[in-house]
Amino acid sequence: MYRSHVLVCGGTGCTSSGSLQIMDTLTAEIEKAGLTDEVSVVQTGCHGLCALGPIMIVYPDASFYSMVKTEDIPEIVNEHLLKGRVVTRLLYQETVTPTGVKALIDTDFYKKQHRIALRNCGVINPEVIEEYIATGGYAALGKVLTEMTPDDVIQCLLDSGLRGRGGGGFPTGLKWKLAKQNEADQKYVCCNADEGDPGAFMDRSVLEGDPHALIEAMAIAGYAIGATQGYVYVRAEYPIAVDRLTIAIEQAREAELLGNDIFGSGFSFDLDIRLGAGAFVCGEETALMTSIEGHRGEPRPRPPFPAQKGLFGKPTILNNVETYANIPQIILNGSEWFAAMGTEKSKGTKVFALGGKINNTGLVEVPMGTTLRTVIDEIGGGIPNGKKFKAAQTGGPSGGCIPAEHFDIPIDYDNLIAIGSMMGSGGLIVMDEDDCMVDIAKFFLEFTVEESCGKCTPCRMGTKRMLEMLDKITKGQGTMEDLERLEELCYYIKNNSLCGLGQTAPNPVLSTLRYFRDEYEAHIKEKRCPSGVCKELLSYLIDAEKCKGCTLCARVCPNNAITGTVKNPHIIDLDKCIKCGACMEKCKFGAIYKQ
Amino acid sequence: MKTLEELKAIRERMQGQVGLRGEDHSQTRVIVGMATCGIASGARPVLTTLSSLVQEKGLTDKVSVTQTGCIGLCQYEPIVEIMEPGKEKVTYIKMNSEKAAEVVERHLVGGHVVEAYTLNSTDMK
Repeated sequence: MYRSHVLVCGGTGCTSSGSLQIMDTLTAEIEKAGLTDEVSVVQTGCHGLCALGPIMIVYPDASFYSMVKTEDIPEIVNEHLLKGRVVTRLLYQETVTPTGVKALIDTDFYKKQHRIALRNCGVINPEVIEEYIATGGYAALGKVLTEMTPDDVIQCLLDSGLRGRGGGGFPTGLKWKLAKQNEADQKYVCCNADEGDPGAFMDRSVLEGDPHALIEAMAIAGYAIGATQGYVYVRAEYPIAVDRLTIAIEQAREAELLGNDIFGSGFSFDLDIRLGAGAFVCGEETALMTSIEGHRGEPRPRPPFPAQKGLFGKPTILNNVETYANIPQIILNGSEWFAAMGTEKSKGTKVFALGGKINNTGLVEVPMGTTLRTVIDEIGGGIPNGKKFKAAQTGGPSGGCIPAEHFDIPIDYDNLIAIGSMMGSGGLIVMDEDDCMVDIAKFFLEFTVEESCGKCTPCRMGTKRMLEMLDKITKGQGTMEDLERLEELCYYIKNNSLCGLGQTAPNPVLSTLRYFRDEYEAHIKEKRCPSGVCKELLSYLIDAEKCKGCTLCARVCPNNAITGTVKNPHIIDLDKCIKCGACMEKCKFGAIYKQ
Repeated sequence: MKTLEELKAIRERMQGQVGLRGEDHSQTRVIVGMATCGIASGARPVLTTLSSLVQEKGLTDKVSVTQTGCIGLCQYEPIVEIMEPGKEKVTYIKMNSEKAAEVVERHLVGGHVVEAYTLNSTDMK
């Protein structure tokens, strides 16, 4: 028995900031101190506070060390693990108070969170099935197979009000019910782990931190709809997630939690992984299934819906990782427990990937109906450098921007759609006053143009034309007619595209037009970018009164665009200036400005 | 796995260990002095005994065993303090593994302070 567990985050974020080396050094130092039999080092999944990685938590006292460096390890081992003296200066400073160290669950970041899908991430070792079982794992599968009929399972999900966490928000129970009703010799359970939205990484986190939860939920789904085979479609760009899921599937097979006659119930289910090559369109359900079948990932018209004719022409259900991660908990705790959280039509919790101009970049899980203000200001720690909040982008390239006026709106599926955005998979990118909304719209459109599969014309041609118009506007060559045509084209593409990719591609443009039309007009009428982002509309100038003639700017200019003599004000040649901003960054006197 | 009992057995075996990784305000805290004075007089076996027994008996959701530095009563080391929510702190002195096991059994499980080992049992004022 170990008296202390040191948890080191092995999620993608912390791994890339060096957590594997931390683990090695830690293990070596613990051995050197003779504590190998007393202290256990555990690699876990993501804790959510990715901005502070590598992260290390020492239990049982739950001391949270952030941004750990290998050189700090000997001190932590000799002081904390051996002598019980917490190394306060290396702790996450939010937990350090004048009266002592505050519990992690009392910090602003964790206090308002409620973790269901992420409950085991950062707590258990995802590569040890027994640790999952210790937290109640596979008990839901056991309950389903021994006490419940398939109809009971579906009714429980219907009552819980769980809706798909991948974007559309379709009721999960209803999806399963439709698939169960369709008789067939073979049915399939699929999991969408393609997670193509830029900035969203909660599915990766569940796969890396709690892969058995997905396996358990998919087996439950198989029992409910009458399927014996499942596929997890995961992108190959998630190597750690693929490894951990592969290990988890092998362990589950070995423990006979996958395979024939699970729990002696006569029910058999197995699971395989299919790797995607990272095409955004393969997150669309019909394209995903076409890809699993071995064809090029292109969508096809619906109906028939997957519940009627899905993978290999058989009834199929497809849910995303986060949706599945909720299911074992709903089975164990009951539908009322789940339905008690959230808003009238959106139950439970939602995971958001916080990114952009925010202090606590990372993953948070909050009850549905939490306001943007709580998520951004309290949990996210606000916007860096005292800048002002301008907008939050949700739903990735399919979503829209939410302006400051809706800061207090409770976030749920229906409210987000009402204000022109969508839940999507839960990417939440925060933008401050320095972000140009036209440029943001252009960024997302560049993404969709690149990712359009090209099967249908509105999406293939339409998004390209939209991008051209946006490009013109950001270069100061746009006209008001362009703006009208842009808007018209948005609606045309929305109404006529074959799949969700095209149908939602205009959303970033539409929502920014709705809330930030003045910025578009400033680009067109005044040839000015109010946030100072669009290069073509900017000039860098030197304030002759502030310039001391130190010549630093002239030396850093990569294009020799700055001239002047020592101790005399310098001048930027606007024809030569490539607007890189290097001079402004280096000037010690604040003499360079842009307009 | 063919029966729920097998699953339950694994769960019970592992629960105490994973239960160590929790934070709860209502937990009883068992604190062992592990400064130089504590270690020199044998605090480490006391700490490992307490920690192992708490896990073996499945008490980790109610009890956490941690270390601290020097409490200041070096001549009474190894010292173990037990803080139960809403109750006065109990300080056990001159502990060893056997006494620690007794404290787990009688105090943490049974709810009775083992007066003979406490600081109050000495004549220190």
